[in-house]
Amino acid sequence: MLTRIKKYPGALSLLIIVVCCILMSGAVFVYASMEPAPPPPTVSDTAWWVWPLGLFVFTFVLGIVAVLGGVGGGVLYVPIVSGFFPFHLDFVRATGLLVALSTALAAGPGLLKRNLASLRLSMPLALIASAAAIAGAMIGLALPTNLVQTLLGATILGIVFILLLAKKSDFPNVPKPDALSSALGIMGIYHEESLGKDIEWHVHRTPQALFLFVVIGLMAGMFGLGAGWANVPVLNLLMGAPLKVSVASSVFLLSITDTAAAWVFINKGAVLPLMVVPSIVGVMLGSRIGVRILATAKPKAIKWMVIGLLFLSGLRSLLKGLGIWN
Amino acid sequence: MNDNKPKASEEQLVYADLLSNGAWTGIGILVVTFIIYVSGLLPNIVEFDKLQTLWKLRAAEYIHETGAPTGWGWTSLLNNGDMLNFIGVAVLAGMTIVCYLRVVPIFVRKKDTVYLVITFLELFVLLLAASGILTAGGH
Repeated sequence: MLTRIKKYPGALSLLIIVVCCILMSGAVFVYASMEPAPPPPTVSDTAWWVWPLGLFVFTFVLGIVAVLGGVGGGVLYVPIVSGFFPFHLDFVRATGLLVALSTALAAGPGLLKRNLASLRLSMPLALIASAAAIAGAMIGLALPTNLVQTLLGATILGIVFILLLAKKSDFPNVPKPDALSSALGIMGIYHEESLGKDIEWHVHRTPQALFLFVVIGLMAGMFGLGAGWANVPVLNLLMGAPLKVSVASSVFLLSITDTAAAWVFINKGAVLPLMVVPSIVGVMLGSRIGVRILATAKPKAIKWMVIGLLFLSGLRSLLKGLGIWN
Repeated sequence: MNDNKPKASEEQLVYADLLSNGAWTGIGILVVTFIIYVSGLLPNIVEFDKLQTLWKLRAAEYIHETGAPTGWGWTSLLNNGDMLNFIGVAVLAGMTIVCYLRVVPIFVRKKDTVYLVITFLELFVLLLAASGILTAGGH
């Protein structure tokens, strides 16, 4: 098994995602009828403007840390805000999706123009992922909150393992494109500035990737996480797209997948402007600062900090969902 | 030198231009409407001081308690500050649909049947989600 994983690095991410999926379906049965009655609303002494201001400051820092740590803002936003802010998970997930969507919409066009994000690679995968994301959003809104919170915690801890274990490959070896990617014409060429030459690429294992994007879409919709953490390993390690193409196409994919799920949350009335706007503006401003700091910072140390943050917030989410740490 | 770099396809460039304009327009609208909202120039469906107790509830319970609209109901309540923010949210969430519609004639002209079908299927999925037809059971 280990030899096989070493031989096919994409198998690791596949294995982790499938295991997460199995755990999730198991937990559904365990928790199906366990949601406790919601506590009665209490009057708060805190001025209303403290929370959006707090969100803005938090998301500004988050935007910086996310860029330096090489992760999307959404994946940090949902577990931390749902764990440490007073908002219900429904509103946090909706806002998390809109934060991920906004950053993807802002970054996507530049990546498309530079031919780093590929429309031909993204469109078939996005179709599968967006349909699954709608299902995920609907499931997430219908399931008991403590179950979703528990699954979110388990997923975040799974993401920590992906970040710790998954290797990246700048230019994966793709001996022969598979029949499906050839039929779809999924291939491309981009200019690699660091090497000063054009890189031609094509992909393989497209059917397996399409299957995984069902799972990724479901999780993105259900938890409002964005899905760069899962997109990149599948595009890069499983399909064999160059790392830059994988990262850029992942950002563009988010703009489509999260759109689908976001509409479900909008139509269900789960969008609070007082949360959404400060969060979007905070993350976007923070990301801009983060990009500037990136030139001089030591990203490796910050990546460990992000992994630590994710681990803590995942653990908090898991324990909160299980009723151990409320 | 730059001219020799590989160029993105026509549909990709068109998509990127439209998405860029739409995304920044949406974010701009979001910021302006939010300023109007928090400045208190317009009345709100849900008052600020009540929000603190209500945002702890599930979305379905929040809707039940406040009578806030679901689906596209916000469009008939745009004289309220909080509802005004949904214009920007809808622009952001609608841009991908607009971009997909824009590349249809390009795929038709190129006779790229496979990607034309993928585009129509994606439009169906996104429009279905945006329509509000799909609703999940609340708790």
